[in-house]
Amino acid sequence: MTNMGKCMQGYLDEQFMELEELQDDANPNFVEEVSALYFKDSARLINNIDQALERGSFDFNRLDSYMHQFKGSSTSIGASKVKAECTTFREYCRAGNAEGCLRTFQQLKKEHSTLRKKLEHYFQARQ
Amino acid sequence: MAEVLRPEMLDISNDTSSLSSPELLHVLAVDDSMVDRKFIERLLRVSSCKVTVVDSATRALQYLGLDGENSSVGFEDLKINLIMTDYSMPGMTGYELLKKIKESSAFREIPVVIMSSENILPRIDRCLEEGAEDFLLKPVKLADVKRLRDSLMKAEERAFKNIMHKRELEANDIYSQLKRAKI
Repeated sequence: MTNMGKCMQGYLDEQFMELEELQDDANPNFVEEVSALYFKDSARLINNIDQALERGSFDFNRLDSYMHQFKGSSTSIGASKVKAECTTFREYCRAGNAEGCLRTFQQLKKEHSTLRKKLEHYFQARQ
Repeated sequence: MAEVLRPEMLDISNDTSSLSSPELLHVLAVDDSMVDRKFIERLLRVSSCKVTVVDSATRALQYLGLDGENSSVGFEDLKINLIMTDYSMPGMTGYELLKKIKESSAFREIPVVIMSSENILPRIDRCLEEGAEDFLLKPVKLADVKRLRDSLMKAEERAFKNIMHKRELEANDIYSQLKRAKI
């Protein structure tokens, strides 16, 4: 099992290790490939949510639906902090709390960006 | 004196490995999330399964030839041993897909497993009542997939052994008839 180091602690959970277990000599870049897909997919979701929030109309159902997808893929890659923000966002959606949604989304984007940088370094170090 | 054909000399062998033994399990996986599709595909390949992945219930029905249109795959050639589908998908849900499969005479015997990130008991009950083989919480574990594979392989092996046993009985029957016929 690869030592992720202290810098990853809290950002990635056991699911990330499960992904690493699935790598082998024939598929040595599996985790990196999943990660690439995740960031491609989440960029799309962030963009959609940004646009929805910018319009000012808070369609909580739609926002919740985007977050459900975001939470799902974050769970699959083991992105625990991002996943936690998704959960909080959805709670605000259900409460119809627009301000809470906006605040949480800013936090989510920060976590997401930090994770991206950390994973970039992590994959580079593996080369 | 003509040589009597003994069962062992007929093309029936107790050694089943020389015959076409059960093939790799072919699993159809359905999920609208590209991350989850990649993940489930890997889990299944690591478990030595043949995998076909589609991104929607509609495409799954197309693949199975259940969408009313002409399918590209010949029905007779299509051998699916297991269908694993996400529950929450835009358009048709995994639950609706499950119902359509169970309504089909060609595919109702195929076990369908539902995957969901949400642990909602009424949802689980509804799926099981509709005939789902199992309900897995996401993220799916390799242990879950291996467990499914093992139980399916056992079922296939039993079915295969039944066929072989039947053939052996038929061969013995022919042998007895030949013996009686020989004067």
